[in-house]
Amino acid sequence: MRLLNRSAGRISRHRRGPVAGLVVLLFGLLLTGGLYTVLDTAFVPAQADEQTMSDEELVAEGRELFLVGCSSCHGQNAEGLATVREGQVKGPSLVGVGAAAVDFQVGTGRMPMARPEQQAPRKGVVYNEEEIAAMAAYVASLAPGPAIPSEEDYSLEGLSEEEREEAIVRGGQIFLTNCTACHNFNGSGGAMPRGGYAPNLKGVEDRYIYEALLTGPQAMPNFSNGNLSPEAKRDVIAYLNTIEDQPEYGGFGMGGLGPVSEGLFAWLLGIGGLVGFAVWIAAHTTRTTRTPHLEEGAEA
Amino acid sequence: MSLDTSKVASTNGSTPATASKPSKIGGVAGWADDRLGLATAMRKNLRKVFPDHWSFMLGEIALWSFVVLLLSGVFLTLWFNPSMGEVHYEGSYDPLRGIEMSEAMASTLNISFDVRGGLLMRQMHHWAAMIFVASMMVHLLRVYFTGAHRKPRELNWVIGCLLLLLGTLEGFTGYSLPDDLLSGTGVRAADGFLKATPVVGSYMSFFLFGGEFPGDQIIPRLYIVHVLLIPGLLLGLIAAHMLLLVYHKHTQWPGPGRTEQNVVGFPMLPVYAAKAGGYFFIVFGVTAIMGGLLSINPVWKFGPYDPTKVTAGSQPDWYMGWPDGLLRIMPGWESVIFGYTISWNVMIPILIVPPLMLVVLMLLPFIEAWITGDKRDHHLLQRPRNAPTRTAVMVSLMTFYGLAWAAGGNDLLAITFDLSINQITYFMRVMIFVGPAIAFFITRRWCISLQRHDNEKLLHGYETGVIMRSAEGGYTERHLPISETSAYTLTARDRDEIYSVDGDTDANGVVAPGSRVQALRAKLSKASFGHNVQKPTAEELAEAHAHAQHDHELEAGDDHSTGHELHGSTVQSVDEPPRAR
Amino acid sequence: MIEPGNDDAIAPGHDRSLAVREEPIANPGLPAHQWRPTDVDERLEKRAERQVAAMFVLSMICGVLFVVAYFTLEIGDNFDTFIGLGASTVALGLTLGGALLFIGIGIIQWARKLMGDQEIVEMRHPAASSAEDREATLAALSLGAEESGIGRRPLVRNTLLGSLGLLGLPAVVLLRDLGPSNAEVANEEEGTGLQHTIWKPGMRLVRDVLGTPIKASEIEIGDLVNAAPEALFPTEENGYEEIEGVPLQVQKAKGAIIIVKMEPDEIKPGKGREDWTIDGVICYSKICTHVGCPISLYERTTHHVLCPCHQSTFDLADSAKVVFGPAHRPLPQLPLAVDSEGYLIAQSDFTEPVGASYWEREKQK
Repeated sequence: MRLLNRSAGRISRHRRGPVAGLVVLLFGLLLTGGLYTVLDTAFVPAQADEQTMSDEELVAEGRELFLVGCSSCHGQNAEGLATVREGQVKGPSLVGVGAAAVDFQVGTGRMPMARPEQQAPRKGVVYNEEEIAAMAAYVASLAPGPAIPSEEDYSLEGLSEEEREEAIVRGGQIFLTNCTACHNFNGSGGAMPRGGYAPNLKGVEDRYIYEALLTGPQAMPNFSNGNLSPEAKRDVIAYLNTIEDQPEYGGFGMGGLGPVSEGLFAWLLGIGGLVGFAVWIAAHTTRTTRTPHLEEGAEA
Repeated sequence: MSLDTSKVASTNGSTPATASKPSKIGGVAGWADDRLGLATAMRKNLRKVFPDHWSFMLGEIALWSFVVLLLSGVFLTLWFNPSMGEVHYEGSYDPLRGIEMSEAMASTLNISFDVRGGLLMRQMHHWAAMIFVASMMVHLLRVYFTGAHRKPRELNWVIGCLLLLLGTLEGFTGYSLPDDLLSGTGVRAADGFLKATPVVGSYMSFFLFGGEFPGDQIIPRLYIVHVLLIPGLLLGLIAAHMLLLVYHKHTQWPGPGRTEQNVVGFPMLPVYAAKAGGYFFIVFGVTAIMGGLLSINPVWKFGPYDPTKVTAGSQPDWYMGWPDGLLRIMPGWESVIFGYTISWNVMIPILIVPPLMLVVLMLLPFIEAWITGDKRDHHLLQRPRNAPTRTAVMVSLMTFYGLAWAAGGNDLLAITFDLSINQITYFMRVMIFVGPAIAFFITRRWCISLQRHDNEKLLHGYETGVIMRSAEGGYTERHLPISETSAYTLTARDRDEIYSVDGDTDANGVVAPGSRVQALRAKLSKASFGHNVQKPTAEELAEAHAHAQHDHELEAGDDHSTGHELHGSTVQSVDEPPRAR
Repeated sequence: MIEPGNDDAIAPGHDRSLAVREEPIANPGLPAHQWRPTDVDERLEKRAERQVAAMFVLSMICGVLFVVAYFTLEIGDNFDTFIGLGASTVALGLTLGGALLFIGIGIIQWARKLMGDQEIVEMRHPAASSAEDREATLAALSLGAEESGIGRRPLVRNTLLGSLGLLGLPAVVLLRDLGPSNAEVANEEEGTGLQHTIWKPGMRLVRDVLGTPIKASEIEIGDLVNAAPEALFPTEENGYEEIEGVPLQVQKAKGAIIIVKMEPDEIKPGKGREDWTIDGVICYSKICTHVGCPISLYERTTHHVLCPCHQSTFDLADSAKVVFGPAHRPLPQLPLAVDSEGYLIAQSDFTEPVGASYWEREKQK
């Protein structure tokens, strides 16, 4: 039981990333912005005006950033650019991809990318948090799309001990059904056709995993809320955190890549080490030119 | 036959037949010998000679890892439950608690998490299995490269090949037992292989699985094959392998005092009993440390087998990797003839090529013996370079194996080296044919040039690195003769004889029966040995030495060089280290 | 050595003179024995002795530590860790390994430094028996054959051979009941047999693991749903019979599906499959047609799905035709419809056997 306690404790620590505060803030902004459009203006006091202003400013700032950094591939109005070759647009339309897609792609450094025909790798982030929020707000303003998830979406907080355990177990099964085919049983990633790859999930922030599920970055299929419920996504993230945090019961994992790395170690360490011992066993020991004082001394 | 009656009681009286009082060891040995008569057999073998060379210990790795497998395997059977009955897991590993799984998987998790030392034993068993098969292959390569498979040891070679096959099957049945996701995926692929068998495929699948895949029979059946049938066969064949080893005695490297008629080395008692016994502890110890430090087959991460789930990196253990690689690079050929399906895409890489390779492997000594026509016993080993064609054949087979093996890990190659699995596959489809051919030619030429190098050393000595300037200003490197020991060792090999069919017509000019076969044999013999460099004859050596001496005297006269000098027949021993043996 | 046209000119094991080498350099004979330092220096000998004993003592220490680790380090629910590894396994492995390795190293060091060091020479004997023994044995064999009359009584010999050969039949036939044949278990109603699955007209598609039905409208473009037949998740509401154990596994192994949604105009419907999709939602068997691995490595940009076992790649937009790899046949497609509540249902079972090919497959379409 204590094992679970430890893991559960770690999950909650793990989740509080440095950007969590911003995410909450941003979510709050979007939520209030959204509410504002629904609710009657008369109902909203003057304070809301200020927020609307900042929201609009945010969109405007995002548009500026977008025009400079993204429009060369995604078009002046994020409508996407023409086909480079069959089945491959230079930059896809961003209408309707939602703030979550922007937050994921720019927040993990995948965008802006150097070569559109290649898979975007995770790399150093170019924009700061405010800029990403602004661009997300701009893209979200184009058409409805998945919003940036809040911490509550992927947190097990508020669940009882038993519910948490069930969630992790269920998350493991969902993970093995939907994710391991590409990302491997350990989340270590795997190869895809024509040089593509499913990236390693180790160390990826919960928010980005949630956003990736929602938006399906690059070639990844999406797992929209109609496909995989928010609870199911939360459970998968909880499971991933569990296997990431749990100790390696059997020793060093050798990359968690399965039998290939095991075979490599069997040959290099096992056979290599044992042949080393064999060389030592059969090697001739040092010799001397002297002879024993007593002829038969060393015999027998 | 005369019976030694001195120790047989001549009466029914109570006087002991032996009166003398033996020493303590002698007492126990005498007691045993009185009843078992072992002294006769042991007299010959207690001081059996073992030549000292590291490569002779490779087979021992296999033997000792087999012992580790037996010991750790017995431990595992005490808890493992080979049943496919479904239970809810309620053990210590939380992320799987409450999941339905087979009892096989549940008991594997129990061994891993709730039996102290259980996970260690599981991992040791798995590492030992990987090392077992690997060491058999390394041993096989050593035997073949050094020509130890030649008469009279061909049958032991065949037994060794069977051991390799059985070891591989034993490994497959073993890693299928936990019924985790990875092993279940492997078993399902095996089901696909069976189904691809022409005519009887679906029957074989249904019989093996006791009905439709996956059924509830496969784990218990694999279990009994894994713990009884194959280990029994392995034990019997290992016993035969070692009896033949004792009967034939060890091979040895040529060298001063070592001939085809003797074997030089350390006696089994005490030196090799200690070295081999000590090596057992070392193999056991290395396995234990690997089992303790390196995680292998973490079944808890795979979860129980579920036919709807799969993981990236679904590979078999390494020794099954090469047929899997062939399967991956095979084009998708399937034909339908009279409404019946023939799955070439599965049959060729799984049902045809691997058995064929095994047969080729087993026939290698016989093919070689037929080409050379050599009927002599061989106990002195050959250096790989002195059998260039043989070495090249094995390197070419290794290249085939290695490429197929790499193809079996093409997805991991792709992500590790940023390649495309498609490109790797296309490349492998070509290389699997071209690679072995290239390897064959390179190896052969390499061996032949190494032979040339040996002859150079024999005839002109070794390169000292000392550059000399002659009076005319020309530069030469000084060569010095190698030691007599090294020189003898280099020449201690047979000259190759090329078989020819010239005499194939008898006195009446009638072509001998089977001459076409003989012509083929002659052609193969010429192709195999025609390019080899033969060792120099005694005259060539003498001439070369006389020449060197002459040069030397000239030089000595010119510049009064001091240091090394050649004195005709009494070749000075130079401190060149003898060839590593 | 080789007598042309006659391989057996030299009887095996005879004429040993041919094995004698014609050597350009005469065999100098075994070199004189050189002593080891431990042979000549008592001090070194004592030191080696202490070294060896120290190894054995180290082994004993490791052995004791093993027992200590066994009893002190917790496993199970409450297990101890050591630098992120399972402490018990690591400690037991290292101490056991140490205990064994030190014994091995000690014994070998003993052999190398202290045991008798003189190489000895053993003479070989030909593997073949002596000519005398061979002749005697052959004579005994032919005498035995002669006395039994096996050569003279072909009737007895041949009938014996026939009866022995026929014994193979009972041996093979006995294995018949290892399992039923496909024909014996095949039942369309129950979905058993290689040519049937549990899918029935009107059966809902449900999410795998969760068992919840899927509305066509819930799925977005680019979605991949790993799904299963509803009959594998029986509840009171859906009224399917309880299924568990072998039947459940068998049906899981054949009934698993993947559902994807793409732009409807991207789908090139196969012949007669025009109405098998619902607004870009298309469904295929999850079981690879190569050797039967589940397959769900889907690229939404190319609509290709890859098998992780042997990398067969199928184009889901084009009736799952094979675009790469060792598979030959497309993935079977499940015809879709929508029920009155908007949930995805199957129009029928698959129209061909799912999974790996087998000999009589085409006859069972």
